Amino acid sequence: MPEERDRKVTILVMGCPKVPVQTSLVLYLAHRMKNAGYQTIIAGTPAARQLIRVADPDGHYIMEMKDLDATIAALAEEKLPVTNSFVFVHNDAGISYAATMQSLTNKPVTAIIFGEEAEQVTSEITFPCTIIADPAIHNPMPLKRKIEEAAPWDA
Amino acid sequence: MGCLESLPYEVVLSKISFREAREFLARYPEKYDIEPGYRMFDIHIVGVPPIRVAVDGDSLLFPFTKPCHGTFLIRVPNATDEIARLRSRA
Repeated sequence: MPEERDRKVTILVMGCPKVPVQTSLVLYLAHRMKNAGYQTIIAGTPAARQLIRVADPDGHYIMEMKDLDATIAALAEEKLPVTNSFVFVHNDAGISYAATMQSLTNKPVTAIIFGEEAEQVTSEITFPCTIIADPAIHNPMPLKRKIEEAAPWDA
Repeated sequence: MGCLESLPYEVVLSKISFREAREFLARYPEKYDIEPGYRMFDIHIVGVPPIRVAVDGDSLLFPFTKPCHGTFLIRVPNATDEIARLRSRA
């Protein structure tokens, strides 16, 4: 069906939710991607998803949420076609997930890198992806601006 | 989809980087590189490719990443079926 074929799907992969800017930026990006016509899937751990669910109880920004492991399984089994993905990274585990998304989807991956170790984490990324980085912890504005500059979509 | 907790695993190294896991496994003569998403023990392995896994007797050693705790190097004993599957890929 042409409609199904033309559907744009993006996955926002959340890391450990211990750095405050992540939840805010995921909701912001979900809003932007929804407005740009993307079916937006937020993937994360139970704690990360709960933070999103509580912040958007009426689902204004959330379209769909999935368990992180189930999302990786669906991608590995080629049951989840995507157009692109965004991976939120603030530690070594985040790098592993970003590399996995790049390998499994073979579609554009953007690593949004934040937290105290942003510079070190950025230097360890050796696979092809777009990098948006700032050592933000509490203030999401620098990364919000960089996201807007790097990916203007519907702005 | 499986769960690590259902396996009789032993943690060999904890809170390491994927690079440290790879370097540690270099000491084992029988090792294989797998791609992210490769399924072992009903678990899809996450990591920066190529992901190294090693065979030690009937045990399989491989990195396992948790979003909040980083990468662990895990040893699972009696892994003859998974070892045979890896050998058949080589």
